[in-house]
Amino acid sequence: MSIRERLSGNEAVAIAMRQINPDVMPAFPITPSTEIPQYFSSFVANGLVDTEFVTVESEHSAMSAAIGAEAAGARTLTATSSCGLALMWEELYVAASNRLPIALALVNRALSGPININADHSDSMGARDSGWIQIYSENNQEAYDNFVQAYRIAEHADVRLPIMICQDGFITSHAVENINLLEDDIVKNFVGEYEPENYLLNNKTSMAVGPYATPAFYMEAKRAQSQGMNNAKQVILDVAKEFKTISGREYGLFEEYKLDDAETAIVILSSAAGTAKDAIDKLRSEGKKVGLLKIRVFRPFPAEEIAQALKNCKAIAVMDRSEGFNSQGGPVCAEVKSGLYNIDEKPLVVNYVYGLGGRDVKVESIEEVYAALDKIVADKTVGEGYRYLSIRE
Amino acid sequence: MSKVLEIRWHGRGGQGAKTASLLLADVAFNTGKFVQGFPEYGPERMGAPITAYNRISDTQIRVHSNIYDPEYVIVVDETLLTSVDVTKGLQKNGAIIVNTEKTSDEVRPFLNSYEGRVFTIDARKISVAALGKYFPNMPMLASIVKVAEVMDEKAFLEEMRGSFKHKFASKPEVIEGNMKALEMSLQEVK
Repeated sequence: MSIRERLSGNEAVAIAMRQINPDVMPAFPITPSTEIPQYFSSFVANGLVDTEFVTVESEHSAMSAAIGAEAAGARTLTATSSCGLALMWEELYVAASNRLPIALALVNRALSGPININADHSDSMGARDSGWIQIYSENNQEAYDNFVQAYRIAEHADVRLPIMICQDGFITSHAVENINLLEDDIVKNFVGEYEPENYLLNNKTSMAVGPYATPAFYMEAKRAQSQGMNNAKQVILDVAKEFKTISGREYGLFEEYKLDDAETAIVILSSAAGTAKDAIDKLRSEGKKVGLLKIRVFRPFPAEEIAQALKNCKAIAVMDRSEGFNSQGGPVCAEVKSGLYNIDEKPLVVNYVYGLGGRDVKVESIEEVYAALDKIVADKTVGEGYRYLSIRE
Repeated sequence: MSKVLEIRWHGRGGQGAKTASLLLADVAFNTGKFVQGFPEYGPERMGAPITAYNRISDTQIRVHSNIYDPEYVIVVDETLLTSVDVTKGLQKNGAIIVNTEKTSDEVRPFLNSYEGRVFTIDARKISVAALGKYFPNMPMLASIVKVAEVMDEKAFLEEMRGSFKHKFASKPEVIEGNMKALEMSLQEVK
């Protein structure tokens, strides 16, 4: 029986954490993710979980403590945003390369400067090559569902990698919306006990964590790490299938919305996908064949599957909520384009940078993108391929 | 798409406009609706103008933008009338509710020629009479429930009593005052 509730995205994630009842949570507060450790510490104080909550003095220390705890054999999680993730940078790589399945609730927020506390994806996009699995959520329901699935993916023997579950700062983290929660024991059974094969507190088998690797070994270690990421794709699908049996809700590597017969489509992540769906319904009612591909799993990147899903479109717009600073496009577009390169029939591709630092995305903003795609189809050429949505020039 | 009721709140940091929008989301949720309640995203400072929003619908709400053409606007602090364009985008067939001692006719000249319905309520008077302190959000919440016909008034009062019992479990003495503020407000919004 699902529980009908209304919660903010932050509260929803905190409840998933309570249901999981991890062993350790080291955390340092930063807007807009602060509420997650705040709610969770009240669960600790009220005895609803038996987690060791560690108040650290910075995000660098939060991730360091998470690495230590996870290596010791404890199921560990933390939460952060923006500059907090940036301060974890060095440690993100340490967590991934040591194959430590830490879960991180990332509430996406712009990086400075100018100083800004609102949503964009520059924090997680900057960390995209750190070796963490990245899953993006459209709303509070998906943030909750993705977090419930997180450890099953990260701890899987074929994967053993840390995972970040992302949602848009304020837009979903602070918006109260309807949600269907799962009962505590159903989540507990689904997630299961953590039984690591190798861990530091196991006195029967000694091991080293984080050793030096000479050129004779370093490359093999990285190759093995990369294989974990390759394997994650199938594991994510298997876990989603099982999750459907307890929730009735379906998840894949990405979501297709009215994409089957679409002539033009946009590719987008997180909260703006919901706004885009309203725009699509409106344009469909006017007879326009428009669709959407919402990327859920950005790491590992499902390049082939995305290319197959988009190959019949005439033109697509890939939406980036972070700037690339490479003078040719944002990170999502670069990945989608490289996925499309290997198929023969492919759509024209335009890249839009949008929503930086919390710039609002309206239904009308998305309609503008589809209008631009119509023009690209009519002209049979993209023209300027690197554009900005809703900007004052 | 089915119709979504869209509401915008204008207040000042610390007055409880955000809390009121979340309470409205709560009561609508409890009548079986799909809801959204969210503040304008930014650093909130005491006394600075803030905006909060509600969407209420019979079907799932997917849009995640601010609200630009609301059906209803609630002004929690009347000093905002001269500094914020509170009627911007407000639909003619909707209404605005202003917290003031003035009548609706006296307030209308400050509303940029808004042609729709104008309601006023003296939240300070009601709050001080019912609670002994100035908390404008309960009177404003009751006003929007009545004006926008969000739900039956009796059901609303029952719903709020239930949520106060939960919310104020550790200080039950404030429940009656808050209930009185809601009841008075349902009568006094004009």
